[in-house]
Amino acid sequence: MVGIIDYGIGNLFSLKSSLAYIGEEAIITNDAEELKKCDHIILPGVGAFGDAVKKLRESGMDQVVLSEAALGKPLLGICLGMQLLFDKSYEYGEYDGLGLIPGVVRPIASMISQGLKVPHIGWNGLHFPKDKERCPIFADLQENDCVYFVHSFAAVDCADNLTASTEYGAELTAAVAKGNIYGTQFHPEKSSRVGLQILSAFCKL
Amino acid sequence: MIAKRIIPCLDVKDGRVVKGIQFEGLHDVSSPIELGKYYSDYGADELVFYDITASAEGRTLFTDILKQVAQTIFIPLTVGGGIHTLADFDRVLKCGADKVSVNSGAIKNPDLIAQAAKKYGNQCVVLSVDVKRVDGRFAVFAKGGRENTGMDAIAWIEKCVALGAGEVVVNSMDTDGVKKGFDLEMLQAVCDAVSVPVIASGGAGCMEDFVTLFESLPKVDAGLAASIFHFGEVRIPDLKQKLAEQGIQVRI
Repeated sequence: MVGIIDYGIGNLFSLKSSLAYIGEEAIITNDAEELKKCDHIILPGVGAFGDAVKKLRESGMDQVVLSEAALGKPLLGICLGMQLLFDKSYEYGEYDGLGLIPGVVRPIASMISQGLKVPHIGWNGLHFPKDKERCPIFADLQENDCVYFVHSFAAVDCADNLTASTEYGAELTAAVAKGNIYGTQFHPEKSSRVGLQILSAFCKL
Repeated sequence: MIAKRIIPCLDVKDGRVVKGIQFEGLHDVSSPIELGKYYSDYGADELVFYDITASAEGRTLFTDILKQVAQTIFIPLTVGGGIHTLADFDRVLKCGADKVSVNSGAIKNPDLIAQAAKKYGNQCVVLSVDVKRVDGRFAVFAKGGRENTGMDAIAWIEKCVALGAGEVVVNSMDTDGVKKGFDLEMLQAVCDAVSVPVIASGGAGCMEDFVTLFESLPKVDAGLAASIFHFGEVRIPDLKQKLAEQGIQVRI
């Protein structure tokens, strides 16, 4: 059973549907006991970091994420859910994240050449670091396979845990992993066949 | 680098795709679910569903169908038609839409864009605009192109982007249905005015028209079409192959 954490952020219909499509049972819940019974946990998220982290703390879900992560349970943060895994974000202020992966989140506009549009919306290719073993959730993918991005902020100072990047005026962080903690900046649930392969690989961890 | 997007548009009335056509291997060509799946399997980067139903029953049916589409197709879905209030946004987003397209609803009440952008984020709000040349100016038309609002299209688009529209679909009524290519002059004017993604619509007749679009206007992000895809005149895998051969970034 996959537990999708519901902390009042975003639309989880597609995520749950995509898991059902690949034959994975999933529940959307904010019940700590239910999440403890799940063998995989997904932290979704869209919107602004400050608002999301506040809701995550108010719902007590931050503690559940931290304790389940500490038990070694596979955890996947998607989009803003990945950004929440880092130490800090500078999205309209300065906010502390969960600190599960070292790094910070900064505006894309500060990283890329002028003239490129922000948000970075659309399909872009994944590049896997050549000097590292391929992250297991990307085992079935080819270099340059396209996935769907929608974001205005991106993680930096996380090279040690980088598992994929994408080129948009600069190499932006597309995915990270540290032990049992995984994060994708893009939306696997909207990335067609490639995205379903990633979700499927995560659920098999 | 980010890929140029190819987007088929499906008009849905009373739960059926209007102008749904001859596809080998499709049992029910007017089923939005089957046709949507077909496009998704064959390389469409995104799907746009326009609800052109007038009745309340038809609207409920559309929402049910949307839900089924979103359970089987995992690419971005944009939904438009009959979006006049935040409740309309909510209704389609809950059924799995990723973006919501506003047209006449925004003309009646531009603040709808600001409210929706605040609630759901700019990336969720797509401005769709029907544009036609009138006395040498680009004019905005409302109600499916039946009514000249008298507004200048470039000023209107700039205003909507400032209010929070995250993408703009520009449909040229002058080139729509003519199949002689996209309206490059109008699209250029829009690209010069705004910095959000611009989706070109109206006029595509063959694969070469998409090559010309992306080569002459690198700032255009996507090409949208309906009948040339529905009638099988252009197959999306062939189109993508052709674009890739011309050095244009696409998702294969």
